[in-house]
Amino acid sequence: MTILSTDADLARVIPLDKIDVSAPDLYVRDTVHPYFARLRKEAPVHYCPESAYGPYWSITKFQDIVAVDMNHKVFSSDASVGSFVLDDTTLNPVDGGISLPNFLGMDPPKHDIHRMVVSPIVAPQNLLRFEATIRERTKRVLDSLPIGEEFDWVERVSIELTTMMLATLLDFPFEERRRLTRWSDIVTTRPEYGLVDSWEQREKELMECAVYFQGLFEERKKAPPKPDLISMLAHSPAMQNMGAEEFLGTLVLLIVGGNDTTRSSMSGGALACHLYPAELAKAKANRALISGMVPEIVRWQTPISHMRRTALADIEFQGQKIRKGDKVVMWYLSGNRDEDVVNKPMDFIIDRPNVRHHLSFGFGIHRCLGNRLAELQLRVLYEEVLERYTRIEVVGEPVRVPSNLIHGFISLPVRLHA
Amino acid sequence: MAKITYISSTGEEYVVNVDNGLTAMKGAVDNSVPGIDGDCGGQAACGTCHVYVDPAWVEKIGPIHSSIEAEMLALIDGYAPNSRLSCQINISDDLDGLVLRMPAGQH
Repeated sequence: MTILSTDADLARVIPLDKIDVSAPDLYVRDTVHPYFARLRKEAPVHYCPESAYGPYWSITKFQDIVAVDMNHKVFSSDASVGSFVLDDTTLNPVDGGISLPNFLGMDPPKHDIHRMVVSPIVAPQNLLRFEATIRERTKRVLDSLPIGEEFDWVERVSIELTTMMLATLLDFPFEERRRLTRWSDIVTTRPEYGLVDSWEQREKELMECAVYFQGLFEERKKAPPKPDLISMLAHSPAMQNMGAEEFLGTLVLLIVGGNDTTRSSMSGGALACHLYPAELAKAKANRALISGMVPEIVRWQTPISHMRRTALADIEFQGQKIRKGDKVVMWYLSGNRDEDVVNKPMDFIIDRPNVRHHLSFGFGIHRCLGNRLAELQLRVLYEEVLERYTRIEVVGEPVRVPSNLIHGFISLPVRLHA
Repeated sequence: MAKITYISSTGEEYVVNVDNGLTAMKGAVDNSVPGIDGDCGGQAACGTCHVYVDPAWVEKIGPIHSSIEAEMLALIDGYAPNSRLSCQINISDDLDGLVLRMPAGQH
């Protein structure tokens, strides 16, 4: 009899068909990696027959994930077949409740039309415009942090900066901006995670969010066009016939996709600096290395653990027979650790070759629209960090989000050293 | 081998000799030409190697031949009739003297 003492042991011996990498517990405890390693080696296209989300396929190798991501004709993101996350309750109505249709959950041609309405918000001239504001806020936030004293990086840096950015993008009333954080968090939550007591409570808060945004929409529609996302949606001919649910869905996409994610990267970067102080020292000595540090933070953290598709037809993929209607999950968190593509993938190495070659933004027509804006925020943050500190020390256990989708932190207690 | 001139959005010129069999994207990335990223490694999957082919070369380069490249290009702001993904431009002696312009905002 072998006494198993660690998750790594269990991951090695558990029968393949019992592996279920969707369990949120694995993400809370950050113990999913040994399971992904086993799947990449022994069953890179793996069927899990039973889970809290029903049966699903796991795609765990980098190149296979690229192939699925690129093949939107067979692997659909459309809301009508289930949308793009494994948990069907996130974007689809629960017990007749709210649905959140948006262009990430659409296939072409409708997808392209909707995406092109909002993509101008991150055009180069807009990014230039944002940089000064981002820099000024980042300086102000960092200058307010204590040196040598414990505080929560997630709360005081990651949430603070990303919420301000989101408020700017939406031209959302600045003093109310923490409501954006709340709404973002409850979209991807379930009652058992502690943020809401019931599905009804989640529904009620999402309705408040809908009503609030509808008010801003009406106001912006009557006013001349401005360069903020709500005004863009309100004035776009393509979105004229957009219903209230689709409008809310689009905003939710931008709130979660553009906020929660950058937040995770800002926190993950701090943890990486703690675990790999030589990398921080390297960047401090040579600021040009920031250009690699930013994408490496995004790869190493992998803010979105997976994206899901639904097979529109039977297809044989890497020797496995996927059936029409099957859920297919691309585990970006696994692909970014694929040794066939990334050398020493568990390590944070800011000057690795091909540092920009990672899965965190996805590939293909749904590739992250906001990726330049995310990188801009991260670059400014870590440029200012390098100016000020020699060390970021994590002084307690990080608390992680209990989610197989959002790979982030609830809290990260740190102490800064000048 | 072909001599390729890459011109940035602010007019800087970078002249590079690129071996046959490589792509115009590889030629840029391997020679540190700024403004072309190639995040996906050249699979027409990310759109970050977008270039404008100089009008004198459009016919020589030929039409877009994959639906994947067409799809990715269509989603790019600033997409123009002479837009191509440089990872889909294969270098040969025929392309000696090729001129490509980079869009603003790609690294």
